[in-house]
Amino acid sequence: MDLENQKRVKEAAEQYGPENVVVILGAAEGEASGLAAETVTAGDPTFAGPLTGVQLGLSVYHICEEEIKAEVDPDVYDEQVSMMEMVLDVDDIASEMSEIRSQYCKY
Amino acid sequence: MNSVIKGTSYVLVHTPDLVMQSGTTQTTERIVNPDSEYLKELPGHLRSYEQAVGYLPNQTYIGNMTPEQLGAVPQPWYEAPAQGGREGRFGEIMPEDEFYLLMQACDVFDLMFLEKGFVEAVKPKLERHPLVTQELLGRIRAGVEQAEIGHFVNEEHAEPIVCEGRTVGYIKRAHDVDVNLSAHVMLENIVSKATSVLSLLHLVKNAGVEKESIEYVIDCCEEACGDMNQRGGGNFAKAAAEIAGLSGASGCDVRGFCAGPAHAMITAASLVKAGTYKSVAVTAGGCTAKLGMNGKDHVRKGMPILEDMLGGFSVLITANDGVSPEIDTNVCGRHTVGTGASPQAVITSLVLDPLQKAGLKIPDVDRYAVEMQNPDITKPAGAGDVPLANYKMIGALAVKNGDLDRKDLADFVSGHGMCGWAPTQGHIPSGVPYLGFCCDDILAGRIRRAMIVGKGSLFLGRMTNLFDGVSFLVHENSAAGAESGISEEQVRRLIAQALREFAGTLSGEKAGEEA
Repeated sequence: MDLENQKRVKEAAEQYGPENVVVILGAAEGEASGLAAETVTAGDPTFAGPLTGVQLGLSVYHICEEEIKAEVDPDVYDEQVSMMEMVLDVDDIASEMSEIRSQYCKY
Repeated sequence: MNSVIKGTSYVLVHTPDLVMQSGTTQTTERIVNPDSEYLKELPGHLRSYEQAVGYLPNQTYIGNMTPEQLGAVPQPWYEAPAQGGREGRFGEIMPEDEFYLLMQACDVFDLMFLEKGFVEAVKPKLERHPLVTQELLGRIRAGVEQAEIGHFVNEEHAEPIVCEGRTVGYIKRAHDVDVNLSAHVMLENIVSKATSVLSLLHLVKNAGVEKESIEYVIDCCEEACGDMNQRGGGNFAKAAAEIAGLSGASGCDVRGFCAGPAHAMITAASLVKAGTYKSVAVTAGGCTAKLGMNGKDHVRKGMPILEDMLGGFSVLITANDGVSPEIDTNVCGRHTVGTGASPQAVITSLVLDPLQKAGLKIPDVDRYAVEMQNPDITKPAGAGDVPLANYKMIGALAVKNGDLDRKDLADFVSGHGMCGWAPTQGHIPSGVPYLGFCCDDILAGRIRRAMIVGKGSLFLGRMTNLFDGVSFLVHENSAAGAESGISEEQVRRLIAQALREFAGTLSGEKAGEEA
């Protein structure tokens, strides 16, 4: 995850409390989604950014996961996300995300 | 009347020592973790010049192999047998030692000095270069003693110039206080200028024009030159044009991150179409900062450092000659301030909207050139296959719009797309690497239309979170009203076009599809 984004996630967690923050990802495939999810839960696995060694344990989802899709106005989802839904391996992303959540998510 | 693409050029420079000295992944690592394993291991992963020349994506970049031929070779390409040589149909792959002399020739402020013995050893090589003129060679200074190099590097904040691990020169700072003129920035900018000069020299040859005929040059790299009072003042374009001998040219810089080349192409095509200038060169040199950008992943996976190449390209846009492929400025996509940042909104604005305005559908464009990054470089770094992802998105949008059956999506990707072959030098892969092949494909009648799409990540400048991108259509010459009058070849083309249109009406094609 981009170092600047790590900083912004860390600041949001500090300002609002980690239990009140949900991170929504838009990465293009499973591995990248998993890495980003790991970063905001167990800490930066590349040991490069501000979240190195910081275990925020935040709730984290991908925009294409059912839990998030159900929260979004269907018309907006169709206009903004449906094309990517057709392109992405949603099952792979969802399984990667739920694995990270079950391991590291605290909320 | 639309302007045309008169010629293109593509050059690479193999710079393994600049990977170590100037790539930001390495310079950052030296600051935050100077004893890191990565920095120790990296030199063992650098390629020789011969390996870099024989690497198939590099051969494709300089035009010795088509994207289709490259795509037929199984990945990873760094394991494929090497082939090809230094010279290509579009340009060349220059070695680092000759490039340092070219850089010195591009230095007009006495900032760069090379060691005497190094100059003596390398200058004869550059003298044999068919495009390096006596005037350029005359700009190369005799060289300095090693002691002077040591003094400036160790005591005067100069950047060392390293070749095969040995310090063979230096670039000194251009101001005592101003960070915009530091030795580091001067090196970056002279590199960009020199690669642009090399590319312009090839462009003049490839387009078969007189240097003096080029009236305007637009540089679209991602560097900035200026001082503390005007950090991005410019003008790389005119600076490179001067050294390349384009004495009749003025110019300016156009910037837009990775979308810069597409913005510059539209600007150039419009200037020529408007009649402001008859001949405009779009050009860009390479970027030292991005050398070895994904080096950590490449080293970790036991791969060679593939980001050891500086890239450059130039395109000459002229008034319509009745033959060359046209840039259709009536079909330009724009990512506007109000477009939004979702991939769907981006692709709609850049691809679907401009085509619909012209009465065309997504499958009507034979070939799309998107961000043509070499997947050998990006996949091991977790960024996936960038062109493939883009083609899937364009195809999916066609499906959503009812212009393509979902079961034909895979065929659309292979039929209208290409594999990526360009080095990850930011602006260099952004749509434009295809223009050389595009002209070949259109002139040979293999395709009729191609769309060039450039996208840019503006957030990196921390001025806006907006995304950016523009696109334009290139198509066969309509041969209507060309300045040089109607030739027999043009008449044949016009008849062929009329017959195609007539056949189209017979098969039920919509009228008005002809761009």
